[in-house]
Amino acid sequence: MSLWNQLSKDKWAVASMSVIGVILLAGVLAPWIAPNDPYAVQMRLRFASPSWEYWLGNDHLGRCILSRIIYGIRHSILWVLAALAASVLIGALIGFAAGYFRGRTDAVLMRICDVMLSFPGYVMMLAIVGILGPGLENILLAFIVMKWAWFARVIRTSVMQYAEMDYVRFAKAVGIRHRTILIRHMLPAALPDIAVIASGSICSMILQVSGLSFLSLGIQAPYAEWGMMLNEARAVMFSRPELMLAPGLAIVISVMAFNFLADSIQVALDPKLRTKSARRRTKEAENKAYEYVRG
Amino acid sequence: MLKAEGVDKSYRVGGMFAGSKRQVLHDVSFECARGECLGIIGESGSGKSTLGRLLLGIEKPDRGTVTLKGRNVMDRRTRAGALSAVFQNYRSSLNPYFTVEQAIMEPMKAARLARDGMEEKIGELLQLVGLPAGYRSKYPHELSGGEAQRVCIARAISTEPGCILLDEAVSSLDVSVQAQVLELLRSLKERGRTSYIFITHDVQAAAYLCDRIMIFRDGRIEETLETSKLGSVRSAYARKLLASSITI
Repeated sequence: MSLWNQLSKDKWAVASMSVIGVILLAGVLAPWIAPNDPYAVQMRLRFASPSWEYWLGNDHLGRCILSRIIYGIRHSILWVLAALAASVLIGALIGFAAGYFRGRTDAVLMRICDVMLSFPGYVMMLAIVGILGPGLENILLAFIVMKWAWFARVIRTSVMQYAEMDYVRFAKAVGIRHRTILIRHMLPAALPDIAVIASGSICSMILQVSGLSFLSLGIQAPYAEWGMMLNEARAVMFSRPELMLAPGLAIVISVMAFNFLADSIQVALDPKLRTKSARRRTKEAENKAYEYVRG
Repeated sequence: MLKAEGVDKSYRVGGMFAGSKRQVLHDVSFECARGECLGIIGESGSGKSTLGRLLLGIEKPDRGTVTLKGRNVMDRRTRAGALSAVFQNYRSSLNPYFTVEQAIMEPMKAARLARDGMEEKIGELLQLVGLPAGYRSKYPHELSGGEAQRVCIARAISTEPGCILLDEAVSSLDVSVQAQVLELLRSLKERGRTSYIFITHDVQAAAYLCDRIMIFRDGRIEETLETSKLGSVRSAYARKLLASSITI
């Protein structure tokens, strides 16, 4: 539990973990904590200002914005996280196999990845949604299919650099099993890199889900999703700009929390980074490289 | 003890489909006797480190075999507890996430030694390589180069293996630390039953430590001779190599 101890000493980590914790919990418990029915249309309350009953006011159909934000967590965060976890897992399995065993395994797996990566991402995603029909689950499936190859590539590169280390050669020389080496040496070494690329992708994935919801290929009305709420607010952007505030802030705050947490995890996992100056340095150097690489 | 027979190794040059190969080792055969210290000397690029990897069973020879007590080293179980190594780069030789204690315990676990004696054993090993007992909970980045290399040596001898391969083990240390580590290795050699294979480009260090010296050039064994007869080398290359490094 040294990771936990390290994280609990880091103020940023504690703050971001509490924010993420609250968001995730709110998403899971949405039916119990949402003050109103998020789907109830009340035309007499169109664009109503915040009141005691509707804390964040009402949207263009008079629905409770706060309740819609809370229900939106499920689609905007929870499902995106699940899709991310699935594609990182597939990518990690293939990346570890290719980077550690090298040779023919590497050649075959990487050619498959090259084939996957040579499809234009958005076009493939639209094609998958076109074939399977619109809907959040199809978009997420398309995400997993399109993203794992990229994760596999990045994780392979990271694994390869550690597989060349003398401590791995020593472990091989004294007859330790490949499985044990992978778990004891390679996984802790590659985990910070995986945390950083995964967190860098969270924001782009959230934005992509929102983008596809805007094209009405994603989540279908009347269900709530933050990106879709932003797009609904976009129609009245100049007369009612405050409607963009709630979903916009929700996205910014959650993405920021995930990014800060990923940084803290990276620092906590790496004994060399436990000094303050080193921490600042890595944050600047490594964090940006992975963000938005694949749009 | 450790025996190489007709070992060939070549690497592909360029990409996967380029097709051309470069042979690094040509028909290398030798044997290191029990308790012997064999030095392998050669210039950079002579293939001595490749030979080291093959001896450790990390890579497979294209032709020929490497055996330890008659069993092929490519089998993991042959190596466990019987073969060990110290590498040149002391910084990357220790996993940064492992404490000194965990690092030293790693080969002992692989050899399935009894767990109860391990704590004391680690204390003894640290003492043997000249480190205070308090070092067992330190992380590699808290150690100096010489200390890290001492931990690597302690780790290598922890299972009392039959053979230890030292690949440029002192080359990247400061001269004064080099002398200390060489002294340590010599005192360990005196203890007995372990064979050492000392790969280096440093003739003086090899002469200080080894019983027998093998001169390596372009993937071939040029000459093998006793250290005491180092002055009477026959081949022109060996004579040149010796002349450029020491005055005997």
